[in-house]
Amino acid sequence: MTAFLAVIGRDLRLATRVGGDALTLVLFFVMVGVIVPFAIGPDSATLSRLAPGIVWIAAFLSMLLGLDRLFRADDEDGSLTLFRHAALPLEAIVAAKVIAHWLLTALPLIVASPILAVLLAMDFAAWEKTVLSLLLGTPGLVALGTIGAAVTVSLRRGGLIAPVLILPLSIPILIFGTGAIAAGNPDGISNAALLFLSAISLVTLVLAPFAAALALRLSED
Amino acid sequence: MTADVTLKKPNWFSRIANPGQFLAWSKGFVAPLAILTATLFAVGLYLAFFASPPDYQMGETVRIMYIHVPNAWLSQFVYGVMAVASIGTLVWRHPLADVAAKSAAPLGAVFTGLALFSGSLWGRPTWGTFWEWDGRMTSTLILFLIYLGIIALWRAFEDQGRAGRVIAVFTLVGALDIPVVKFSVDWWNTLHQPASVLSMSGEHVAPAILIPLLVMTLAFTLLFITLHIVRMRTEIFRRRAESLERQAAANLMA
Amino acid sequence: MDLGPHAVFIIWAYVGVAIGVLGLIAFTNFDARRTLKRLDNLDARGIRRRSDNAS
Repeated sequence: MTAFLAVIGRDLRLATRVGGDALTLVLFFVMVGVIVPFAIGPDSATLSRLAPGIVWIAAFLSMLLGLDRLFRADDEDGSLTLFRHAALPLEAIVAAKVIAHWLLTALPLIVASPILAVLLAMDFAAWEKTVLSLLLGTPGLVALGTIGAAVTVSLRRGGLIAPVLILPLSIPILIFGTGAIAAGNPDGISNAALLFLSAISLVTLVLAPFAAALALRLSED
Repeated sequence: MTADVTLKKPNWFSRIANPGQFLAWSKGFVAPLAILTATLFAVGLYLAFFASPPDYQMGETVRIMYIHVPNAWLSQFVYGVMAVASIGTLVWRHPLADVAAKSAAPLGAVFTGLALFSGSLWGRPTWGTFWEWDGRMTSTLILFLIYLGIIALWRAFEDQGRAGRVIAVFTLVGALDIPVVKFSVDWWNTLHQPASVLSMSGEHVAPAILIPLLVMTLAFTLLFITLHIVRMRTEIFRRRAESLERQAAANLMA
Repeated sequence: MDLGPHAVFIIWAYVGVAIGVLGLIAFTNFDARRTLKRLDNLDARGIRRRSDNAS
């Protein structure tokens, strides 16, 4: 257990140190929200209707762009080789990295979501649902993204391929994530969406470490 | 590899596992399969235009179904082939499995693209627009994107052996995820389009329509099989050429 | 034969798919041929696999 926590702690420390860029993704997230009104006009009614989708797309893009940092740095400095042969199973190490990555990328987004909510004319009830859907959906997104990062780890310029691979596969998360918030949806549908979202996140969290660890092992030189 | 393996007569497994033997027996299959495919297309096209009635709902545009449905079927079938090949790579370390997977991907992408194209042209007279975000077409679009991503992956790796193994993992993850995508897209679609949209596979399929449909589906499937075998042969030859070129370059420098 | 009021769509669908299928066949053919030519070039330069030398 201590080894598991140590991996999480290591990732957290590395990301928040000088040279780490924990907040850049949050900045990107907020910026996407900021530029949307320039593209679709500042009309509050339109913005508030589109807000759940915009927030989720912003979260999606931020998380997908951040996938590369899951394994690339470890691959470059040799830590990945150590991980492959460590006493702690690679699957557990991947799971630990998923948790760390979620804490570093998803949690800040959720904390920053009020800014977007205000900018996009979201009312309080909608924002509450947004936070809930992000909380339930982003773990699954991170887990799924980890598979993409693992598959592309041995590609030197594989940075953009991982988002391209994972985006189609994560559409269910996007559908249920926004379905849980959209104002037009009665509560029954919202709750159904949240249930599906949670189920997807849960299953993905459980299965992804195995798939990612396998891909990491197969990528060994 | 022990000595007595080479002395034994090649058994059925090595026929499909050994690249050299695969090349030997597959050569004779290509021409007959090609002829059979062409024949089936000829029969199917004749039936499609001259031996089947217009649909009572769709009118003559039902004839687009004869090329849309086979491509839609192939888009899923080819992914199934890739998934089975992936299992072959990961579980049995089958030497030709990754060749099969790599060769199938572009074929699957083209058939999926044709399904989208024909579906769009069917949709224009039926729904009024070239694209509607209905469940089936949307899922096909997502499948198309997945195919393209896999092709991009194949091209990104230098070491094709490693590529085969890693892509096998991704293909299987996709295979698990695609049903979830379909389910979520259908859910999303009923949310936003409560009116039932006239769909491609009606509740009724009159026999007069079924037979041309089956013939065309068979024709397209055989087309895939023929092309797949040719592409697998080409890939094996390509790998031989590459390794010889590497060898030659190494000798030059030695 | 009368293909109804939407004939143009039916025709374009078939033409498009035909172009796609024929293009696929043509490219598969072309790719096969150029790969074999590549092997032939190597063979002409005397670079062969050890097992080919036995023939």
